[in-house]
Amino acid sequence: MKRALQELSRGIIKENPTFVLVLGLCPTLAVSVSLINGLGMGMAATFVLVGSNIIISLIRNYIPARIRIPCYIVVIATFVTITELLMKAYSPALNRALGIYVPLIVVNCIVLGRAEAYASKETAFNSFLDGIGMGAGFTLALLLISGIRELLGAGRLFGYSLVKGFDPVLVLSMPPGALLVIGLLLGFFNLLKDRRTEK
Amino acid sequence: MSDKFTVSISPHIHKGDSVSKIMWAVSLSLLPAGLAGVFIFGQAALKTIALSIASALLAEWIIQLSTARKVTLLDGSAFLTGLLLSYNLPAGVPFWLPIAGSFFAIAVGKQVFGGLGQNIFNPALVGRVFLMASWPKYMTVFSRPFSYDAVTCATPLALLKEGKSLDIASAASYMDLLFGKRGGCIGEVCIIALLLGAAFLLWKGYISWHIPFSYIATVGLFTYILGPQGLFRGDGIFHILSGGLVLGAFFMATDYVTSPLTRKGQVIFGIGCGLLTAVIRLWGGYPEGVSYAILMMNAAVPLIDRYTKSRIYGTR
Amino acid sequence: MNLGYFLTIFISSVFIYNVILSRFLGLCSFVAISKETRPAMAMSLAVIFVITMSSIITWFIYRLLLVPFGLTYLRTISFILVIATFVQFVEMAIRKISPALYRFFGIYLPLITVNCAVLGVAVLNSDMFFVNGKASPGSFYYSVFQGLCVGLGYALAMLLMSGIRERLEFCNIPKALKDFPLSFIIASVMSLAFMGFNGFKF
Repeated sequence: MKRALQELSRGIIKENPTFVLVLGLCPTLAVSVSLINGLGMGMAATFVLVGSNIIISLIRNYIPARIRIPCYIVVIATFVTITELLMKAYSPALNRALGIYVPLIVVNCIVLGRAEAYASKETAFNSFLDGIGMGAGFTLALLLISGIRELLGAGRLFGYSLVKGFDPVLVLSMPPGALLVIGLLLGFFNLLKDRRTEK
Repeated sequence: MSDKFTVSISPHIHKGDSVSKIMWAVSLSLLPAGLAGVFIFGQAALKTIALSIASALLAEWIIQLSTARKVTLLDGSAFLTGLLLSYNLPAGVPFWLPIAGSFFAIAVGKQVFGGLGQNIFNPALVGRVFLMASWPKYMTVFSRPFSYDAVTCATPLALLKEGKSLDIASAASYMDLLFGKRGGCIGEVCIIALLLGAAFLLWKGYISWHIPFSYIATVGLFTYILGPQGLFRGDGIFHILSGGLVLGAFFMATDYVTSPLTRKGQVIFGIGCGLLTAVIRLWGGYPEGVSYAILMMNAAVPLIDRYTKSRIYGTR
Repeated sequence: MNLGYFLTIFISSVFIYNVILSRFLGLCSFVAISKETRPAMAMSLAVIFVITMSSIITWFIYRLLLVPFGLTYLRTISFILVIATFVQFVEMAIRKISPALYRFFGIYLPLITVNCAVLGVAVLNSDMFFVNGKASPGSFYYSVFQGLCVGLGYALAMLLMSGIRERLEFCNIPKALKDFPLSFIIASVMSLAFMGFNGFKF
């Protein structure tokens, strides 16, 4: 049980895919304009991650090593297509907001990376936990970035206006702002890490 | 400490001038333009300039203290950044705007690179584009010259961009542009004052004519040839005298740290800035492109240096 | 078919909506490989080639296979398989034709498969140049040209960044900001600068 919890928490803090492994940044920066979008993308990616991790783990002994990457891609692409169709049907507004970044989950380094580094070597249950953990870490990172950008860049949280009479820093809602926020956050977390290792 | 700058600032060290002396000299040369700006736009301009300089100094002090680096406020570079940033702002901006801009300029434009001499981009311009992107509604409202109150007017370039003034003469006469009787940012409007300061810098040898000349000539030529009135019928002189071109060409594109080392590189740099500025002015969405052009060329400077370094004789 | 539109595609793909600095596609390779100019150039050339070719191939697949048979929901799967296969072929071809070139590219070639930019442009083309499942006039030429321009925009960002990062090797950057954080901050300033071309109309 303790081991399971460890597997889960690994993806959230120690090996957070966004801030520690620095993977899957393409969608992170693009969709983190608002918390709703960030949450939507996080959940979609988690679904794909968990699904593909489980399947790949189950068939890991039957895939010839030479064509393993294309095989992973087929599995991942299937889950992404399922996600796309579900989103188009049940939340078309979110689908429109996330745009091309939904199909791009296929080449999200996190998903493929975990498939290659973990699911191909571990049991289905562990892969399932890893998927949940990494997905949660990714989603939390998305929420953090989206929160900063939406709050300071648009003066809103989850679409609700907050303080009146505050001129939002519009650049944060734009691409340069995204790059700036992630750069500063990465620097901040590096600083924390250095401080902790110094102690 | 000055040895650290020999990477970027070539012959002048041999002349015995310290970097700090040059910084303060540039600030001094900008004084006429500042006085003109205050004269034309009133107290609001003075307030903006003062706030900008003070915040730049404060930002540098805070950052250097908290990162345990030597505090170098007296080297004049933070002062200059604050001064230049304020010259790129409309006089009537809310008080917190130059403060935010200066902090951003010093922090992101300079200190993240490790401090003076190591930045890639001109800090004042980094601050300006940050402000422009974040609060465009404040950055595009200009006060009418000599009105000293809240009467606003559009800059000549803005009028041109909106197509409201196809006959350029009605936008502003050359005399108006030269002396600063037009809407615009604090330090960019009075060309005469700027040229005075530039002459001082050229005389002292602190800047060379290569960048300003190639920059301004390119803009003038390009807008003359490809201006909206038809081939070879554009008003190059108007474009040279309006907007932030003179301010940018003489005082920001020439910044040692962010411009190329060799003469050939500097000419390429100037031409590049000119082309980008002219293209944005003629066909882009913004009426003025000087800040963006210079920043884009700043990014290209390492590459320019790499490919124009003379091999045997060293830098000329 | 409108010549002015080609210019608009060029300006928007290379500057305004630069694939890396604005659309954030290809970021992983951008921060990883832009440390030195030679690998950056190699990666850029390879990317330009792959994006342009895949724009062509995916256009045909979409136009002749997916749309007529109502299979557009298979877009993601088919596109990525096509791209992966194509990159595999290119790898094999280069290995045969010029082993030196193959060694030069090294690991960068297979990495292009997962470069968001390649799949991203293919998806973008099918979104932009097909209306209600029908190809808009000139869509083939626009798609290929857009692919080429996106590749050029990628190359521009990579080259500028690699020049800057090589120069920064001589500077004492604050420790916490070394490598990734500073690269992103630099990219944000470049992104701000490129915004100067917003609203471009020829």
